Amino acid sequence: MVKKGLKRWLPSGRATVIGIPFIWLLLFFLIPFAIVLKLSFSEMAVAVPPFTDLIEVAGEQINIRLNLGNYAYLIQDPLYLQAYLGSLRIALFSTLLALLVGYPIAYGIARSSPSVRNLLLLGIVLPSWTSFLLRIYAWIGLLKSNGLINNLLISLGVIDAPLHLLHTDLAVFVGIVYAYLPFMVLPLYTNLVKLDMRYLEAATDLGAKPWKTFLFITLPLSRGGIIAGSMLVFIPAGGEFVIPALLGGPDTLMIGKVLWEEFFNNRDWPAASAVAIVMLTLLILPIIWFHKHQSEEMHTP
Amino acid sequence: MTQPADTAPPPPAPDTEAGDYIRLQGITKKFDTVTAVDRVDLEIAKGEIFALLGASGCGKTTLLRMLAGFEIPTEGSIFIDGTDMGRVPPYNRPVNMMFQSYALFPHMTVADNIAFGLKQDKMPRTKIKTRVAELLELVGMTQFIKRYPHQLSGGQCQRVALARSLAKRPKLLLLDEPMAALDKKLRERMQLEVVNIIEGVGVTCVMVTHDQEEAMTMAHRIGVMHEGQILQTGEPHDVYETPNCRRTAEFIGTVNMFPGNVVEDHPDHIVVNTKDLARDIFVDHGITGSAGMKVWVAVRPEKISLSTTPINAEYNCAAGTVEEIAYIGGTSVYHVKTANGTIIRTAMANVDRKASQRPTWEDQVYLSWQANAAVVLTW
Repeated sequence: MVKKGLKRWLPSGRATVIGIPFIWLLLFFLIPFAIVLKLSFSEMAVAVPPFTDLIEVAGEQINIRLNLGNYAYLIQDPLYLQAYLGSLRIALFSTLLALLVGYPIAYGIARSSPSVRNLLLLGIVLPSWTSFLLRIYAWIGLLKSNGLINNLLISLGVIDAPLHLLHTDLAVFVGIVYAYLPFMVLPLYTNLVKLDMRYLEAATDLGAKPWKTFLFITLPLSRGGIIAGSMLVFIPAGGEFVIPALLGGPDTLMIGKVLWEEFFNNRDWPAASAVAIVMLTLLILPIIWFHKHQSEEMHTP
Repeated sequence: MTQPADTAPPPPAPDTEAGDYIRLQGITKKFDTVTAVDRVDLEIAKGEIFALLGASGCGKTTLLRMLAGFEIPTEGSIFIDGTDMGRVPPYNRPVNMMFQSYALFPHMTVADNIAFGLKQDKMPRTKIKTRVAELLELVGMTQFIKRYPHQLSGGQCQRVALARSLAKRPKLLLLDEPMAALDKKLRERMQLEVVNIIEGVGVTCVMVTHDQEEAMTMAHRIGVMHEGQILQTGEPHDVYETPNCRRTAEFIGTVNMFPGNVVEDHPDHIVVNTKDLARDIFVDHGITGSAGMKVWVAVRPEKISLSTTPINAEYNCAAGTVEEIAYIGGTSVYHVKTANGTIIRTAMANVDRKASQRPTWEDQVYLSWQANAAVVLTW
């Protein structure tokens, strides 16, 4: 009796397996998100913590004060709009660049003999074993005026004066493409390695030259990998802070940087929260689209 | 065939039996140290359906892939309608293939799949539309024009694949294990249907199969392959009734094989003594050989009659007990064990319905066959 009663209250194996990620997301995503959301509706205060409470209990009254000022401020000050657009632009370009660089790499690995495949994949992942920050610092060494690239070009006689590479948008693109390339290559590889060679042979047999086979068969059939890889690069690139801060110039305007300044320099937690909420909403739209695409993919094997 | 290049084209070789619309000369394909195809010569007439039959790994698929252009022969040449295919890449060959599991493009509709080859030829859009409609009509798939491959059954996929490979009116159609993906019932129907379509179009066709029934049903002529070589070519009937070697006899259908020595050699008949049987075997055809040489006598199970009453003939008979009975509906195959341990298989049509009237396990039975039932093989 007791055992039976206990059993009714204990979750089944299935519920446990599904429950664990739910609890994880609840604890580490949903609750922090709620806190940030709450913060974005509060006002800045010279206090610890530096914001006012939303809910005030005064005698028999409960006052809830929602301050929309932070959001209004985001619209009024053109800096934020520019920063959002700047982030979007940089994320979009870097994703495109990562795709252009990553696709041939993924294709090459997928077509290589199975014995070297894992070695090549390891080569893609290996740089991630060192600190992210360290690798970005390394790029400073490469890109700076008396850095490796400039010195090499000068000693070869290609250029006379050092090129201004560091602290430009170009440096940011290079940094993002470099840092997020594995996230582009891996999903593309998993997709391309599964590609049935018979489709390519069938296309060739029907008269398609190699590049047409690629265009009409390989490319459309790897759509899932392209979308997954692009999402994995685009989303973190959009919110990137470290790379624009270290490699970008003073006019590299990205929302991650703005958010940092709002939070640490201005100590305006509510405004920083509002920036984060808007950013999240902007990024969640492509995720929803991606999710929808994936479920469609599942229905059309 | 070492014709100087500057002379006029040689007169077509008068080959009344095969014709040489497709001609393979000394085709050899080596992968590293393995010889997959070994000096194959083959001629196929226009409009013929030719089946390459063999167990897996015999080189039949490699031969097919060389015709398609996916593999380049190590040695030898392939002529299609008089043109040397040499190094012509697959996308420029007048050859189309129906792949083993069809390889229909999953991201394209039935219509787009069929139109793919035509688009590569830059055919005008309206013409493509007419041609696609024509092909769908041919394979009876008109109502499925907008479907995607995953929305089709196995048989429907096959029709689309056939239509796609016929779309460009190839000079040579290749079928790679065409029925392998279908269940037995559907397979039998599709075999006849595919043959009807191919014959209707009149396209020359080479197919590859490991299924001898399929080859015999579909092909006009069969080539039996083993270890990269074609052992025998001929019409299904010829290959079955007069195999030219042991491997062919054993591969096509089942056979009782008795190794022995020629004891009497006459122009119109021979007598073979075998250790497997108590009596000698009398065969009503002569061989190019001499008395004493080692031969194998092949007798098909259905040509051996089984009786419960003793037979006392000088030749072509045996006695034994029923060891095993395989009932397969229309016929039963009896495995009869003779006194010296040889197993002889015999097929018996199940004509009457009552099983009680047929011999059963452990029964003493007597086997016999006609002088024209056996084939003597020398290698």
